[in-house]
Formats: sequence, C-alpha cells, structure tokens
Amino acid sequence: MLNDDKMWRRYLMWFAHEHVDFRHAEINSILSIFNIPIKYIEQPSVQKPYWIVELPTEDSVKKIASRSVLVKCCIELWSRANTESQLHTNLKNSLQNKTGKWVVGDDNSNCTSDKYFCPKELIESCCTAKNSFKIEVETFCKHFTLKEKVEKIEGFSYLPLDGPVKLKNPDVTLSYLEFYGVDPNNVPGKPYDVFFGKWVADGQRELIQTHSLKKRQFIGNTSMDAQLSIIMANQAQVRPGDLVLDPFVGSGSLLVPAAHFGAHVWGSDIDFMMLHSRTRPTRVGQKVRTKDESIRGNMKQYGIESQYLDVVVSDFSMPMWRPGLKFDAIITDPPYGVREPTERIGIERENYTLTEDHLVNHIPAKVEYGLPHLYSDLLNFAATHLQIGRRLVCWYPLVREEYNEDQLPRHPCFELVSNSEQVLSKLTARRLLTYQKVHDDVPPVPIEPIARAYNFREKYFSVGEESRRERKERKAEELATNPLWRAAKNLDSVT
Amino acid sequence: MLTSKCLKGVMTGYPLAINATNIKVTEVDFNPEFITRVIPKLDWEVLWTAANSIGHGEGLPKILEPKYEDNEELLKKVHRVLLEVEIEEGNLTCPESGRQFPISKGIPNMLLTEAEVQ
Repeated sequence: MLNDDKMWRRYLMWFAHEHVDFRHAEINSILSIFNIPIKYIEQPSVQKPYWIVELPTEDSVKKIASRSVLVKCCIELWSRANTESQLHTNLKNSLQNKTGKWVVGDDNSNCTSDKYFCPKELIESCCTAKNSFKIEVETFCKHFTLKEKVEKIEGFSYLPLDGPVKLKNPDVTLSYLEFYGVDPNNVPGKPYDVFFGKWVADGQRELIQTHSLKKRQFIGNTSMDAQLSIIMANQAQVRPGDLVLDPFVGSGSLLVPAAHFGAHVWGSDIDFMMLHSRTRPTRVGQKVRTKDESIRGNMKQYGIESQYLDVVVSDFSMPMWRPGLKFDAIITDPPYGVREPTERIGIERENYTLTEDHLVNHIPAKVEYGLPHLYSDLLNFAATHLQIGRRLVCWYPLVREEYNEDQLPRHPCFELVSNSEQVLSKLTARRLLTYQKVHDDVPPVPIEPIARAYNFREKYFSVGEESRRERKERKAEELATNPLWRAAKNLDSVT
Repeated sequence: MLTSKCLKGVMTGYPLAINATNIKVTEVDFNPEFITRVIPKLDWEVLWTAANSIGHGEGLPKILEPKYEDNEELLKKVHRVLLEVEIEEGNLTCPESGRQFPISKGIPNMLLTEAEVQ
C-alpha cells in the first residue's frame, strides 16, 4: 500500500498559456496561503504550459486549483514520455512495478530520461470494477477530430479498467495530454511530450466567464479584466474574513474577486461621478447609465453583496482613515494619467475662497498628482494601515526600454515579493508589484527618494518613433505628392 | 472608521458625528467568522455611540465583554449594524470644526474644497 504520509505524489499542473510572467507569482502566493510545500521534478520553463511537481497530498492539489486562475487542470501523473509508444511502454512497466515508488527504467539514469515507471498501486486503485471511468484527450497547439481522439483512447485498452464507461460525472477521469510546442506557426508532426494520469481538479478558468466584464452590470473605462483581477486577489493572498481596501476603486473591478474569495471589501475614489455612476456609459451604443449600475449592483449580480462594506468619495492624498485601522490587503490600480487622470484636490490660484451658495454640490478643482508622489503616498499609507505580514498589490506603468528594477518604488517596511510584466504596447508595459509588509513603525518616507523625472503620460504619447500628428501630416504629404491621387482629384473636379 | 484629520487645524477629527435623514436596511448573509475578526478592529465605544445616534443601537452593550466570539446574539447585532444598516442620506460632522461631509446614495463624500487644501 502507498503511504500518503511519507510518499508525495507526482502531479502535472497544466496551465493556460497566457500571462506566463504571472505564473510563479500566482502559484507561490497560493502555496503560501495554504502553507503547501512543493518539489519541482522538472525545472519550470516559460516555453512549456505545464509544471511537473510533487505535492504532499491530493487535498493540497485541490486547494491550489480552488484558487488559481492560470491553472487549467491538475493531473496525478502516471506517465510522461517523449513519444506515444514510450508512454505505453512506461505504463505497461508500471503495472509490474511493485516497489511502491517511481522507478527509472534506464541503467544510465539521467535527468532527460523519459523512462520513469510509477508504482502500480496508483493505477490499480482506480481500476476496481465499481469505479466508472472515462478517458479524455487534450492536445496543446494541435487539433484532432473526435475520431482521431477515440483512436488514441483505444490505445489504452491494455489498462485493467474493469469498471463501466461513463461520460458524465464518472468516478475516475483519466487524462491523456499531448504537447506540440508553443509556436502555432511551426507545429511538429509528433508531440514533444505526452502525459497520462488521473484528473484531480480544474483551476478557476470558468470564473473568467462568470466575472466577465462583458456581462458585468457596472463597468468603467479602466475596469480590470476578470482574469487579472483574480490574479491580483491571489497575489494579495485574500482569505475569507479579510478586510480589503482599494483606494482607487473606480468601478470596483478589483473588489469583485476579493469579495468572491470571502474578503469584506472597501473602496475609495476621488471621482464622485464614477462612484455615483453618473459618468458617460462605457459600453458602445449605451446612452445613459441605468439605475442598477453601481459597485453594490455588481456585488449583487455575483451574489456576494454580503461582502460589500462601502465606498467613500475621498482624495487619496489626504489622510482620512482612523489611526490604528489595519487592512488585511490593499489591492489597487492607480490612475496612470492616460485614460484616467492622476489628480488630487487643489488649485493653482492663491487665497482661493468659495462663497456659501457655491458650496452645495461643489465639485472641487483638481491639480496634477504626480505618479512618484502618488506611489510614495501609497507605500506610506500601506506602511501605516496594512497588517504586518500582509500584502499590497498594485500596477506600475512604465516605458519598456527604460525599465530598471531599481526605479521601482521602495519602502523600508516592504519587501517586493513579485514583479510581473504585462505588455501594453510595443513601447509601454505595466508591472504588477506585490509588496509584503515586513516591518512596522517606520516613519513616513519622504517623496524625494522615489521621485524621479517621471511622467508616464508624456512618455506614453511621445516615445513612439513619431507622434500621431506627425504621422497624419506625413500621410497627408505623401498623398499630396502622389501623382495618381492628384490625377484622381483632378478628374473629380472635372466631372 | 473615518476622520476629518485632513482638515487644517483639526488634530484628531474623530469620531465624526452622524446625522441620518434616510436609513435603509438590507438583509445580507450572516458570517460569524468575519464579525469575530472585525470586532477587534473596531472602536467599540464609537460604534456604540454611532449606532445609538441613528436609532439602531438597541441591544448593543455599551462595554464589550470578553469572549464575544461565543455570543451569537451579539455577533448578529454587530452584523446588523455593520453590514445591513446603511445611511442613504445624511451628514458626517467633524467634532472640532463642525465641517459637514454629505452622504448621498449611501456614499460619503469626504472631499475638501480647494480652499481647505491650501
């Protein structure tokens, strides 16, 4: 018999091949939420949509899958090989493997060997007569017809599967996966890698559809897409019962997954019109915002209204929270000054006064709130109002060429635990920064150390080889000098 | 949870007094775990005063007894005050300067004017 306490099982973690730069950050955060140790059997590579790992229990695999949005599924690995025939040889050998552990078939065992045989108990425990089963075939970067898939399934007929076949909700689902590389323009005839094992759990890919912005009641121009919001909630290690704040809440898109994972959520934003959903509708063709459009409405839509605390209209540059109040996580996407302005309240004029009549419903003027200023306020705020050991997760926009890890905002109370890039355009990107609070009681850090000559907006619009206007002018000039075009124009004026 | 400390010359600006003109009560799911965890984060006396000032303080003890986590009655009451009672319209008033912050459609507006920022 296998001893679960002592022997870790081997698992294949099959990922969606997108946001690859976030994979480690997300999984590591989830592992540390549940305190799960991991062993890498093969060094993870960005060129492969899978990891081969060993984990202590099946329960720990299910826990990871219950949170991760980048994991497609997890499989208890029975065999992996470079060719289909080797996979079958491995499995046949496994059926004879009575040692209770993984055995290497080669005498000259090296890391690249694909002749590993799993203990036969793994397979036999699923093959009893009372277990209904099905076999699924999944391929990466190549498509097969149903007939071809059935042929592949027939290839496993030597397995002692005694139970009945059942396609809906079987007791055991076996998975056969083929990997044809990550380059869709250069798909080889034979797979690079094939895998076989018992399906354990699916990741949270479905949540991307459920929380999709397309179907969400209330969205704004800069609402974060469902998948990235879930990644952020995971990296912030949101747990049930946590108190979570987004100080640049906007339409509340980051609060949705945090609330989904059981946190109680709070938001604040300087934009009165946004929080009262009186801004111009974001959807194409929509004329006015409807009554249900609000952050609370979104929570209701997803059945998590009980997790919603409140939102407050306030200026982040002005401290407003009670001293001593501690949040368990701060998750935010500050404005970059491109689609949403970076603003705080203020006015250039001196000795400005407001008459009593104007005071009612007055919307104050705003001045530029520079990004370095904003980020050092954010870190200082988190240093005061975040529970020790917990995390601040925020986006940071930058020009790719100029990126240098030293330019990222730092604070003595915080350790930067992860830093993943999402490319926005050829020239710009944003990085998801995750800070963990490691010290308490450090006096506020002045703005100067982080402040650099830094204006993302200016760079965003100017770093291109040519600006939009230049391009327009150039095109117009080209057209004007084009003889064909002139001829056509002359013709027009004649008729 | 909020203060008016951002106002010039205001030292603590806490607690803000609440005037409610319209209160809405919506029922939401009770989660004892959260309530237990959030109680230590609260300033109990202020919560008690605030709840009473809007007429929803019934049954809340003035002083929080230890072992509140086993007292489901109490947790349910705290749940009601924190998550179910919402001030739709009203004002928050700074205890020092008397400055009022309006609450409209359940959302407090803590913005200052340009003049107050200078």
